[in-house]
Amino acid sequence: MAKIQPLTAEERAIRRTAEDAVTQLSSRHLLGMQELSPAEIMLILDTAFVMKNILSVQTKKTAHLQGRSVITFFAENSTRTRLSFDMACKYLGATTSNIGSSESSIRKGENLFDTVKTLEMMSTDILVMRHPQSGAPHYVAERIDASVVNAGDGMNEHPTQALLDMMTMIEYKGSIKGLKVAITGDAMHSRVMRSNVWGLTKAGAEVRVAAPPTMTPRHLEHMPCRVCHDVREACEDVDVIMGLRVQLERQRSALFPSVNEYAHFFGIDSECLDLARPDAIIMHPGPCNHGVEMPTFIHEHDRSVIHEQVANGVAVRMAVLFLLNAKRNAEINYEESTR
Amino acid sequence: MKNSYPQFKSIQIKNVRHWQTGDLTELLIAEGKFVPELGCQAELVLDGQGLTVLPGLIDAHVHLRDPGFEYREDIISGTRAAAHGGFTAIAPMPNTNPVADTVPVIRYMIDKAAVAGFCRVLPIGAATKKQEGQELSEIGLMTEAGAVAFSDDGLPIASASMMRKAMEYAAFFDRVIISHCEDPELAKDGVCNEGIVSTEMGLKGIPSIAEDIMIDRETRLAEYLGCPVHIAHVSTANGVECVRAAKARGVKVTAETCPHYFTLTEEAIRGFNTLAKVNPPLRTESDRLAIIEGLQDGTLDIIATDHAPHHADEKDCEFSLANNGLIGLETCFPLVYTRLVEPGHLSLADAVSKLTSNPAHLLKQPKPGLEAGLVADLVLVDLEETVIYDAASSLSKARNTPFQGFELRGFPQLTIMAGNITWDSGRLAAK
Repeated sequence: MAKIQPLTAEERAIRRTAEDAVTQLSSRHLLGMQELSPAEIMLILDTAFVMKNILSVQTKKTAHLQGRSVITFFAENSTRTRLSFDMACKYLGATTSNIGSSESSIRKGENLFDTVKTLEMMSTDILVMRHPQSGAPHYVAERIDASVVNAGDGMNEHPTQALLDMMTMIEYKGSIKGLKVAITGDAMHSRVMRSNVWGLTKAGAEVRVAAPPTMTPRHLEHMPCRVCHDVREACEDVDVIMGLRVQLERQRSALFPSVNEYAHFFGIDSECLDLARPDAIIMHPGPCNHGVEMPTFIHEHDRSVIHEQVANGVAVRMAVLFLLNAKRNAEINYEESTR
Repeated sequence: MKNSYPQFKSIQIKNVRHWQTGDLTELLIAEGKFVPELGCQAELVLDGQGLTVLPGLIDAHVHLRDPGFEYREDIISGTRAAAHGGFTAIAPMPNTNPVADTVPVIRYMIDKAAVAGFCRVLPIGAATKKQEGQELSEIGLMTEAGAVAFSDDGLPIASASMMRKAMEYAAFFDRVIISHCEDPELAKDGVCNEGIVSTEMGLKGIPSIAEDIMIDRETRLAEYLGCPVHIAHVSTANGVECVRAAKARGVKVTAETCPHYFTLTEEAIRGFNTLAKVNPPLRTESDRLAIIEGLQDGTLDIIATDHAPHHADEKDCEFSLANNGLIGLETCFPLVYTRLVEPGHLSLADAVSKLTSNPAHLLKQPKPGLEAGLVADLVLVDLEETVIYDAASSLSKARNTPFQGFELRGFPQLTIMAGNITWDSGRLAAK
């Protein structure tokens, strides 16, 4: 797939001076796409494109977060999110450390507040956290001074995933505004679906969600999306097809009869591709269950941008860390000036 | 700790407004009863100007956590909170440790409350041993010991056949089964109402049908058996309709709701507010309105608090891990008055009946009232003064309330149980 020529620095600067543009985030935490304004989303995405340039040069190192400490606290398994945050920190020059739930004191029964307070007291500026309970980062953010970045909370939100998805869409489609996006799969358990619906619609896209009836959360139609139970109906005439991971680890009981039946009725197949726009791109947040959400040939299709999503994940996370740090600096400066 | 208010053989309360007639009246109390005249000067004369007198309130559904969970609440703190809220009798559910499924636990609760002297405790015994839903508990013996009703409350009896046995057996001893209606499979792992809010917040929901289906089951069983049944804390519109239809068929069913179900909706949990996490969960606006309708047409007979104290740590955590429930004894009447009576949904008389004579009937207690000869249980409430509710004022050990900062009227100023003062705000001037 061909990418759209990215905006030049000058063009971006012009856009940044638009009336509704913002130059700073309003909160020192990133909890979800629900909490972000459209202008803040554009600020993060614009910054991410700048960060991507840093990644394309040979000396991938800056000093934007020099002297700052970031801890990534993952109480759930992760490969790409955790590593991309870690790499993002390193490219920005921050001091980083990682802790997972299996090696942490959670195993000894320590409660969440004590755990994160312990992490914060090691002079941590930014805490990136993933947690199996919806709302856990919100709970933490109210109780510590460090910035909290939600790297996925239960079934609620995964904002940096939605941001990297949007960045990828901009790369291939030029803009989010006016895009038709089909999101298919396990909508009930998916924080990726929720964050994308909030974010994409704020940026002006039209979102359709197609899930098996047993994986469609009640009253999903009240979220800003069109609910289709038929994957093919959802894919008609869309610019983006996004498959969601079937979250076997989050399912409490079998919500479909077999993987075979799921793939047959709800998987993304060549028919879906034919129904979509000829230049439609294929996305997936990973990790993909090959042959369930989509067969391998679609995963590796020349219209698939799944690998590019991973690359953009690092850039988006650099942007988020950079902007949260800027917000923290501004707060500290303000406090000092008013002292 | 015991009730240490000074007590008087005879009390005269002047200038109070009668809850039914609205007329200014005078109450005379001697030897724990209302009397037509004293024949001498009362030991204590109070001027109740500006206050309204109601019979002592009766709460058909509380949790006192004693024995077993005294770090949350005990019988003394719970009965003090009850007196503070204008109650003179409260019925605790059996989910203590050990479970209130034998005579000694029932006696312990009644006696501890009697010694403390703040509020009568009318224990609800477990319907099945250890609330496990497998074998009937000693319903007859517990009845003799003072249990007023039977329920497995928060651990609903899943088996219809077991529920049938419990209803039939309890009816033989003139006791009613109180059912917390929730299909355990449908409700499994749910932490809030299933609907728009659970979908948007990514929380596992409890569908309203989990409640509706069980209300239907209980009313069908009661109809078939000719036994009475009481439906605890109705929260759904279809649940109200189901009870209404059963009553129209002549089923011996009574039902209660709680102040939070006519005051709040699922919107209260936004921001992962664990203080509004309760089971049954707060539902939708249309459910809330149907609850009010059910109260208006008499489908819902009783307003109970489901007072559920928890330690701060049990609410200060991730939403899904937080305990269900809220304290309600001290905000009950003010919420009933401010949210039901003032807007005209219920008359004061109807509202008070749902807090006095209706629960008294359910729990086999003497008819409450202010007439001479009746036991002197009363509460004086201030219907005029607006109070911004502060949970710090609570006499419960717990502070888990979603009503912090609510502007309410109707707070109790003086509670008297059997002629003894059990709560006194100090507002009434002695003459």
